[in-house]
Amino acid sequence: MRVLVTGATGMLGRGVASALLRRGDEVTVLQRRPSGLACGEVLGDVADSAVVAHAAARQDAVVHLAAKVDVVGRWADYARVNIEGTRAVLEACRAGGVGRLVHVSSPAVAHAGNPLVGVGAEPADPQRARGHYARSKAVAELEVLAADSQRLAVLCIRPHLVWGPGDTQLVARIVSRARAGRLPLIGSGAALIDTTYVSNAVDALVAALDADLHGEALVVSNGEPRPVAEILSRLCAAAGAPLPRGRLPVASARLAGAGVEAAWALLDRRDAPPLTRFLVEQLSTAHWFDQRRTRQALAWTPQVGLEQGFAELASWYTADSDPGPSGSRDA
Amino acid sequence: MIDGASSPPADLPGLEPAWSRLVSVADTSGRAHIWHLLDSWSGRLPSDSRQPTVTVLCVHGNPTWSYLWRGLLATAPRDWRVVAPDQLGMGYSEHPDGARTLDERVRDLDALTATLGITGPVVTVAHDWGGPISLGWAAEHRDQLCGVVLTNTAVHQPANTRGPAVIRLAHLPGVRQTVCARTSMFVRGTTALSRPALPGEVRAAFAAPYAHPRRRQAVADFVADIPFGARHPSHLRLQQIAKATCELEVPALLLWGPRDLVFGQPYLDDLQQRMPQAQVHRYEQASHLVPEDAPHYAADVTQWIADLDAFGGEAPAPRANTNGTATGARTLWQQLEARAEDASAAVVEVGGQTATWANLARQVRDVAAGLVAAGVRPGDRVALLVPPSVDLTTAVYAVWRAGGVVVIADKGLGLRGMGRALRGARVAHVIGTAQGLAAARVMRLPGTRIVAGDGVLAGIGGVGRTAAWPIVSKYRHDKYRHEPGTVTMSGLARRGRSSLTPPPPVGDDECAVVFTSGATGPAKGVVYRHRQVAAQLDLIAATYTLRPDDRIVAAFAPFALYGPGLGIASAVPDIDVTAPASLTAAALADAVEAVDATVVFASPAALRSVHASAGELSASQRQSLQRVRLLMSAGGPVPAPLLRSLQEVLPAAEAHTPYGMTEALPVTDISLVEIEAAGTGNGVCVGWPLPSVEVAVSSVSEADDGDLTTAPDVTGEICVRAAHVKDRYDSLWATERASGRNRGWHRTGDVGHLDADGRLWVEGRLQHVLRTAAGVLTPVGLEQRVEATAPVRAAAAVGVGPAGAQQVVVVVVPAEGLRRRSSPLATPALADTVRRAAGVPLAAVLVVSELPVDLRHASKVDRGTIARWAGRVLAGRPS
Repeated sequence: MRVLVTGATGMLGRGVASALLRRGDEVTVLQRRPSGLACGEVLGDVADSAVVAHAAARQDAVVHLAAKVDVVGRWADYARVNIEGTRAVLEACRAGGVGRLVHVSSPAVAHAGNPLVGVGAEPADPQRARGHYARSKAVAELEVLAADSQRLAVLCIRPHLVWGPGDTQLVARIVSRARAGRLPLIGSGAALIDTTYVSNAVDALVAALDADLHGEALVVSNGEPRPVAEILSRLCAAAGAPLPRGRLPVASARLAGAGVEAAWALLDRRDAPPLTRFLVEQLSTAHWFDQRRTRQALAWTPQVGLEQGFAELASWYTADSDPGPSGSRDA
Repeated sequence: MIDGASSPPADLPGLEPAWSRLVSVADTSGRAHIWHLLDSWSGRLPSDSRQPTVTVLCVHGNPTWSYLWRGLLATAPRDWRVVAPDQLGMGYSEHPDGARTLDERVRDLDALTATLGITGPVVTVAHDWGGPISLGWAAEHRDQLCGVVLTNTAVHQPANTRGPAVIRLAHLPGVRQTVCARTSMFVRGTTALSRPALPGEVRAAFAAPYAHPRRRQAVADFVADIPFGARHPSHLRLQQIAKATCELEVPALLLWGPRDLVFGQPYLDDLQQRMPQAQVHRYEQASHLVPEDAPHYAADVTQWIADLDAFGGEAPAPRANTNGTATGARTLWQQLEARAEDASAAVVEVGGQTATWANLARQVRDVAAGLVAAGVRPGDRVALLVPPSVDLTTAVYAVWRAGGVVVIADKGLGLRGMGRALRGARVAHVIGTAQGLAAARVMRLPGTRIVAGDGVLAGIGGVGRTAAWPIVSKYRHDKYRHEPGTVTMSGLARRGRSSLTPPPPVGDDECAVVFTSGATGPAKGVVYRHRQVAAQLDLIAATYTLRPDDRIVAAFAPFALYGPGLGIASAVPDIDVTAPASLTAAALADAVEAVDATVVFASPAALRSVHASAGELSASQRQSLQRVRLLMSAGGPVPAPLLRSLQEVLPAAEAHTPYGMTEALPVTDISLVEIEAAGTGNGVCVGWPLPSVEVAVSSVSEADDGDLTTAPDVTGEICVRAAHVKDRYDSLWATERASGRNRGWHRTGDVGHLDADGRLWVEGRLQHVLRTAAGVLTPVGLEQRVEATAPVRAAAAVGVGPAGAQQVVVVVVPAEGLRRRSSPLATPALADTVRRAAGVPLAAVLVVSELPVDLRHASKVDRGTIARWAGRVLAGRPS
C-alpha cells in the first residue's frame, strides 16, 4: 500500500511512518523539516495545497497528523495549519483519487470543560471546545467527517495524551517543570486521567488504515485511567526528575491561569506559559473514556500497559542522559 | 393568539417534538376546541391501519400538563399507543372562555377519545385532579377499560380531613386569584417540592405554558372546581365518580409519593378501600409529582400493563410465597399452651421482671381476648413500640393469638425512617410504652393507643422496662398511666379474663410486617403469614437441635422474641437495643446467668464489643459463659477471626453463622470449623443450604434472562425458595414483582455462587456489582484479598463510571490510620501493595478513616455511598 504520512517529525507521526515501513508499505512523509526516515519525503507546508496535492498524488491512503499543537498563539495560526491544512489534505485526496484518509484528531474537540467520565467519542463541537487548538481541530474533524464518501473513506482517530520515549510535548514539558520545581498538583490530584502510550497509538492508527469502517470518530487511549498525581509522579520518576511538589487549590489555579493567559495575549508571547485555564482543567478534572467501541471497531487492543510504558520511558531517559549532564534536554 | 392552542417549544428536556399534535374536537355544546396532546402514534401515516395492542390514556392534574407523562411515552412499547392530552385551558391546548366543571372535563375527554378513534382496550393513568376525570371516563367506558393507574390523587375527602390544607387555602377566592393566576406561585410551587430538587430546565418546562396570567386563569378555575362543600356544583359529580370507582372491578395500580403535602396517606387508604383489588407501590422518596420524583414509575407502569393478562381485565396472579401451604398443624403459641402449667422461667429481663411459662401463657391468652374485646379485628395491623422485654413478648404473642398483625420497626431506622415505615404500613393500633406512644405521636401514627410497660405481670414481680424512648418526659409517662380511659395492657388482660378466647387465626392469615434495615435504600416492609413464621421456627429448631431444656440469650431481632415460639426460655440482656455494640461481655454474662443460657445469638458488632470488653469479666461471669454450647451470629459478614477470638470467652460454644435476610432467615448455616475448612475463595463462604431450603443463582452476566441455575461457580443473584420465605413486600408492587420474577423464588439482591461441594459463597450485593469493560466483577473476594495485607484494616471495592465501562477503585482504611488529611489518594507504597493484592487492574486506591456501615447491624458496608464519594473525588470534584 502507498501511504502518505503528514507530520512525521512528531513522535506519533514518526512512529506511524516507521511502523508502516516495517510492514512493507510504500511510505511518503510530508512536513517542513527533514524527518530522517528512509522513505519518500516531501518538504513543505501542509497548508500549501500545491505541495500537499503533489505529495498525495498516486497514494492509496493518507494519515494526516500535521497540526499546530500548543496552548498559546494566535487563532489565525491555528486556523491556517489545522483547518486550512486539513482542507488541503481533503482536496488533495479527492484530486489524487486517495481511497482512505485517517485523520488524527483529539478528544478535546468534544470537550466543554466538564469532567469526562467513561464517555465515548461525542460529536466535535467548535462552539464549546476550549482554546484555539481544540476549536480548530473540531472544525477540521467536522469537515473531514463531512467529506466521507464512497470514493474517500475517512476515519477520525482521537488519541488522548500520547506519551513515550522521545516525547517533546507532554513528557518533556512535565519533566522540565518538575526539574524547575514548578510542577504543583492542582486540587487533590485525584482526577482520573487516561493516557496513551505511543506505540499503542501507532498500532491504533495502523489498524485504522486497515479497518473496514469509515465516517466515524474514535477515541484511542490505554484504557487505564489513573489519578493525575499518580501519572505525573510516575512520569517524573521515570525521567529521574523530582516528584511534583506543593498543592494549588483549583479555584486559585484557575484564577492564576486566567491572569497568565491575559498577560501572554497582551504581550503576544509565544513561549509556553506556566499555567492556563485549559491546563488547570486538564489537570484537575477527570478525562477517561469508554474504549469498548474503539477496540471492537479497530480490532485493536493496547499492547503496552502503563507499567511497561513507564519502564520503557525510564530506560530511554537512562540511555539518553548518560552522555551528557542531566537536564540537558530541557533547553 | 394568547388563548389559542400551539405546540410546545421544541427544546424541552425529554420531550420529543414528534409526539405533539393539535386536534380539533367539538365539545358537547357543539363548539370546536383545539387540543394539544402527546401521542406516541403521531408519526403514523394515515394509511397505517394497525391498531394498538392497548391505548394508555394519561390525564394530568393541576397545574401541570402532558409534559408530566413524557417518561411513559418514551418507555412504552411501540405497539402501544400512549395518549396524553393537555386539558382544555391547560398546557398548550386552547383556552376557552369560562371555567370548566368536573363534569365538562369528563365529557371533554370523552369527546377527545372519540375524535381520536380510540376504540380498543384502554388503561387510564392519572395524577392529581386528573384522577377523578380519568375515573369518570373509565366508568363510562367499561367495555374498553382494562386497567386503572392512579398516582397521588383523590375522589373523596376521607372523614376527619378537611381537604388538603394547602389546597383549601388556595381555594379561598381572594387568595386563589393571586396565588394561581395573577402570580406564578402555584405553578412554580408545584415543582418546587421535590427532594432532591428537580433540574431547573424541567421546572421551567412545567411553567412554560403558564407564563402569562391569562394562561393561568384555568389553573385558578381548576382549583375553584374542587368541591369542598355539598353545595358546590361539582360535588354531586365527584360523589358519583367516587361511587363508580368502587364498582370498577378492573385491575388497579396505585403509585404513591408519601412525601406529598397535599395527598397524604388517608387518601391512599380511601382509594384502597374503594378498590381492594388494587396493587400499591409507595415510592418512599417521592412527593407529589411522582412521575418526576420516581422516574422509574414509567417502567413500573409499563411492566404492570404488560402483566395484564392479554388485556382481558384479569388481575395479575399474586406472586406471593405459596411454598409449604400444606402445613398448619403448628401454631406460633403452641409451646405456650403445652407449658401452661410450667412454673419455670420463660422470659427473664436482666434487672427487670420475669415471666414463667404459666404466667406468659395466661397473659397472652388474656391480653389476646382483651385486644379483641377492645376492637382489634382479624388482620388489623398493630404497631409495637416496646423495647425487648416481657411486655413485648407478651404483646407479640397476644396480637398473634388475637388474629392481628404485628408491625415491628427497628429504631435503627431513626425516628423519621420509622415513622415513614409505620405510616406506610397502615397501622390500626399502637401498643407502646409511654415513651413509645409519645414517639408515635411525633411520628403522626394513626390508630388507637395501648400502653405497655405498666407491668403487665403486676403482682408477679417488677415493673416493666421503660428504657430507650428518650422523647418523653416523666410527666408524660405518669400522665398516660393515670389518664382516665387509657387502655393499658394490664387493663386488657383484666378485661380479657372475663372474655371469650378468640377463634385462632389460621396458617394463611398474615401475622407480621417487619422492615429491612434500610442499609440499601428506604426500609421495605416485609409481610409474613402464620405458616411462614411457623416454618421459620421449625427450621431454626431443627437446624440448631434446640431442645426444651435449652435457654437462649438473643440480642438479635427477631430471635429475641422467638423463645416462647421455639419452646425455650430466653433472657433479654440489659442493653440499648439501638446500639448492638452496647452489649458488653459483662452484660452478656449477666443475661446468660439469668436463664443459665446454653445458646447465644448476637450480631458481629455486638460480638466485637463482647470480645473487646472480655477483660472486665468476673470469675463467676466467666463460669456462666463456659456453659454456653452454641454461639450464633448474623446480620452482616462474620469474620472467622472474630468467631475464633470468642472461643476465649465462650470456650464450650460451637460457633455458627446463619446466612439470611429479613425476607428469608435462615437460608444456610456454617460453623467456624467449616469456615476454616472452606478456606479462601471468591467471597464469603456461608455454608450449605439448610434442609428444605432451595438455593439457586441467576447469572449476572446474562442480560436479564432470569434463568436459575445450581451449576457450580456461576456468579449470580442468589435466589431462595422455602416455606419460611416472606409472603411479599408491603405496598411495594414493583419491588415484589422484581423480587418474585421467578415464581415461588425470592431474589435476595445478594450475589454469589455455589461451589462444587454445594456450598454457597456470597460475593456482595447486586447493586454493588462492578460492570467493567472486561466483564462483571463482585466486590467481596477482591476486598478480602486486599484486607489480607498488613497495611489495610478494611477495604471496599467500588466501580466508577458508566456501567459496562466502569473502572475498579479500592477504598481502604489504612491500619495505621490517616496521617495526611489533605489527599484522598493512598501513598504510593500503600497503593502498590493494594494493587498487587487486588489481582485486577485498579484505577485508583483511595483512603478514608472509616467505611460507612448500616445503622442496624453496624456491619454492612455501604458501598453505594462509597462509590458516589469515590466518583466525585476521581472526577476532580471537591469531595
